[in-house]
Amino acid sequence: MEQYEKMYLYKRIVQAKLFIDNHYAENIDLSNIADEAYFSKFHFIRLFKDIYGKTPHHYLTQVRIDNAKLLLTKDIPVADVSFTVGFDSPTSFTAVFKRITGTTPSAFQKQQQIMRSAIDANPLNVIPNCFAETHGWTKNSNF
Amino acid sequence: MITKVTHMCVYVLNQDSAYDFYVNKLGFKVHTDAPMGEGARWLTVTPPEQPELEITLFLVAEGGMFDKETVKTMTELIKKGTFGAAVLTCNDLLATYEELKEKGVIFKKAPTKEFYGYEALFMDDSGNWFSLSQMN
Repeated sequence: MEQYEKMYLYKRIVQAKLFIDNHYAENIDLSNIADEAYFSKFHFIRLFKDIYGKTPHHYLTQVRIDNAKLLLTKDIPVADVSFTVGFDSPTSFTAVFKRITGTTPSAFQKQQQIMRSAIDANPLNVIPNCFAETHGWTKNSNF
Repeated sequence: MITKVTHMCVYVLNQDSAYDFYVNKLGFKVHTDAPMGEGARWLTVTPPEQPELEITLFLVAEGGMFDKETVKTMTELIKKGTFGAAVLTCNDLLATYEELKEKGVIFKKAPTKEFYGYEALFMDDSGNWFSLSQMN
């Protein structure tokens, strides 16, 4: 019986986590998520942290930054990225991004562009030779 | 002296589908996704908290070391679930199990208590199986 109760709790916390994964770009009110999961806010935060190692708020921020990195890699302007992943302003986005990653979004984007150019120029530079040979990719291949 | 594993290889039957499975379902990060000409692609992903380990999602297709017969044999074996690819670990197996099931991941074995912790088994989109564990 205890096991079933535990599973039920898990399902509700997992649903809350998936809600964040799917709605991170929106103006999420974490109190509403706790309500939907039928928990008090305090209880919800404690259980969430037990399972995922960070509070729902910190998790939401991490998901936003992870998705921002993907968009920055696609050369989308920093301001557009900030709104797309749910920040109120590019300024707050830049501050949070720098606090978490140690670099600004624009510096990260520049770094990604340089890496991509290097790969485009010669993909074999990032592929261990054994794998390249297995595929039949040689320095004279036309990528 | 050998120090680390930097690359490992999982043979997959479709790289687009494998990308979706490993990135969108398992939550792995894309490390390199480079076109290599003639439809070939170098695709590696890393576990979320292990960015130094690249897992190559290696397409089983004709060319290089794979001839037609090898592709046929490999495809049959992978689909059959012959290959165990790796043991993955997580902080909370029950939560991870519920989440992956919710995302459509197929489990061969639900979580069971083992002497070292908990374990479940799931399949990737090609048919490779993984142990998902939570250590004591």
